[in-house]
Amino acid sequence: MILIDRNTRVLVQGITGREGSFHTRQMLDYGTKVVAGVTPGKGGQEVHGVPVYNSVKEALKEHEIDASIIFVPAFAAADAALEAAHAGIPLVVLITEGIPTLDMVQAVKEIKDLGIRLIGGNCPGLISAEESKIGIMPGHVFKRGKVGIISRSGTLTYEAAAALSDAGLGTTTTVGIGGDPIIGTTFKDLLPLFNEDPETEAVVVIGEIGGSDEEEAAAWIKEHMKKPVVAFISGRSAPKGKRMGHAGAIIMGDVGTPESKVKAFQEAGVPIAETIDEIVELVKKQLG
Amino acid sequence: MKLHEYQAKEILAKYGIPVPPGKVAFTPEEAREIAREIGKQVVIKAQVHVGGRGKAGGVKLADTPAEAEEVAKKILGMNIKGLTVKKVLVAEAAEIAKEYYAGLILDRSSQRVVMMVSREGGVDIEEVARENPEAIVKYPIDPDKGLRPFEARQIVLDAGLEGNLNKLADVLVKLYKAYVGVDAFLAEINPLVVTRDGEIIAVDAKIDLDDNALFRHPDLAKLREVEAEHPLEIEAQNYGFAYVKLSGNIGILGNGAGLVMYTLDLVNRVGGKPANFLDIGGGAKADVVYNALKLLSKDPDVKGIFINIFGGITRADEVAKGVIKALEEGIVKVPIVMRVAGTAEEEAKKLLEGKPVYMYPTSIEAAKAIVAMVEGKK
Repeated sequence: MILIDRNTRVLVQGITGREGSFHTRQMLDYGTKVVAGVTPGKGGQEVHGVPVYNSVKEALKEHEIDASIIFVPAFAAADAALEAAHAGIPLVVLITEGIPTLDMVQAVKEIKDLGIRLIGGNCPGLISAEESKIGIMPGHVFKRGKVGIISRSGTLTYEAAAALSDAGLGTTTTVGIGGDPIIGTTFKDLLPLFNEDPETEAVVVIGEIGGSDEEEAAAWIKEHMKKPVVAFISGRSAPKGKRMGHAGAIIMGDVGTPESKVKAFQEAGVPIAETIDEIVELVKKQLG
Repeated sequence: MKLHEYQAKEILAKYGIPVPPGKVAFTPEEAREIAREIGKQVVIKAQVHVGGRGKAGGVKLADTPAEAEEVAKKILGMNIKGLTVKKVLVAEAAEIAKEYYAGLILDRSSQRVVMMVSREGGVDIEEVARENPEAIVKYPIDPDKGLRPFEARQIVLDAGLEGNLNKLADVLVKLYKAYVGVDAFLAEINPLVVTRDGEIIAVDAKIDLDDNALFRHPDLAKLREVEAEHPLEIEAQNYGFAYVKLSGNIGILGNGAGLVMYTLDLVNRVGGKPANFLDIGGGAKADVVYNALKLLSKDPDVKGIFINIFGGITRADEVAKGVIKALEEGIVKVPIVMRVAGTAEEEAKKLLEGKPVYMYPTSIEAAKAIVAMVEGKK
């Protein structure tokens, strides 16, 4: 598995809000080590037994923290991610949807310069099956196994993980990278980690229309990937110029078309599944 | 959110970019009055949220106020790509020596705002990108520093623009300031004109705003024109759904943008035509599903509905309850095909037993079924 395991100590920013509180409970139930929470102005409270602090720095005085998950509302979400990064938390997972794009341009640049890994925004987070989940996905569909998943979609990821789990293949780590145009981590940032992870035997890449992250991933795979990869692309019948739910799922002119993504994967020798069930078949075939 | 040309130009003018003198007119009489004030040849331009206005006859010159009135009469009320022209911009016609392109877009790959400048202006920039990509200079801007004058001057030189270097660079610097100032997604000047007198003017402009940042710009948020959007898209917005009206006849409803896109793909693959994209989001309760079905039922194009749910945080039994409520109230009058899996799948199936809903175990089987039904084969 990559990035997180059962020992990863987690901070929840926005822990006293509805979403933050709900998912803190869910993560604790999954076995995630949630050690602290932050809501500015609400320090001293507890949420599900987790102590709440006024700032990330204050939380760090009392706890060792490896990762932070952010449920702060959109207008303040990028600021919260910057707070975590400047405090030196090495992994920041930004769940919030609807963050102003220029806030993300600034935050992604600054956080990268600090050498911190940012996942999201507008993402479901990540999960190492039966170890730890730092996210909002339904934990029970992820059975421990040998396939890594990287995805721009939430629900489709759960579908794929469930199908892989039902087929007995199971998953190692699954990362939902988010549906926004400007995100902290893309496919090509994570492929090297899976490539080096001894537990991961194959990787499923779930892309969609918009941008050229899939094309860049395909280029990396062609050059460096030692393990089989199976790709899936949603939105193949979507009309041009329409935003399909995700802010980043839009074909603009000639950029972001499914044809270009299919071609790039084909040239990299990556088989493309037409349906979710076919993902399982192709992974099986690739693993022999 | 798209802005009209005249609104985009008002923003550019506020940031100090020269635009031709002009005003918006809602009647031919107003157009004549504005033309009289300008006192020179004017151009009359339809203000609608579609490209290709010129080709559709929505942009015309007028030499006199009387002619302006006549031309405005023709353009107002004109239908351009399904949209009725309700206002025109009446502006001084520029004496064009050179036409350039300057635009700012958000670039996913570099994760930056990128300045694009080309000496081939006045035409569709996507066409230039396809046929003559080296004619476009692209410059990613560091968000910490913004676009500095020396960088702007280099862009102008690299792009081979002819004219006053400092003035051209100044337009680029100001365009970036405007982009950031209003939280734009896209801002372009096309053409950026050098007049015969050597003046630099933004003759046409386009700005799309970032919807996520509209809360910071209440004055701009007010410019949203609901009549320019599909009425069902407005209603969906009020419910908080991600909804896109499409041209087919199968209503699609699902949880999660990726799953809904996939569902559209499947329906297309088996020969059907989706009527819409509708994502009810994560954790939807029964009333949300009920509202979604109410919305789909208002679309006369919808001849059948395909509900595709993978329960995660969303519980399939909540979805079932919403469907049952809509059925009991007689809201849905077309066949419903459903595929549910995941959290509370069994509870959902039990609830739906004996209800007039066709259940299928997989997405692809459900897709085939709904297509067969609306095509009248079942």
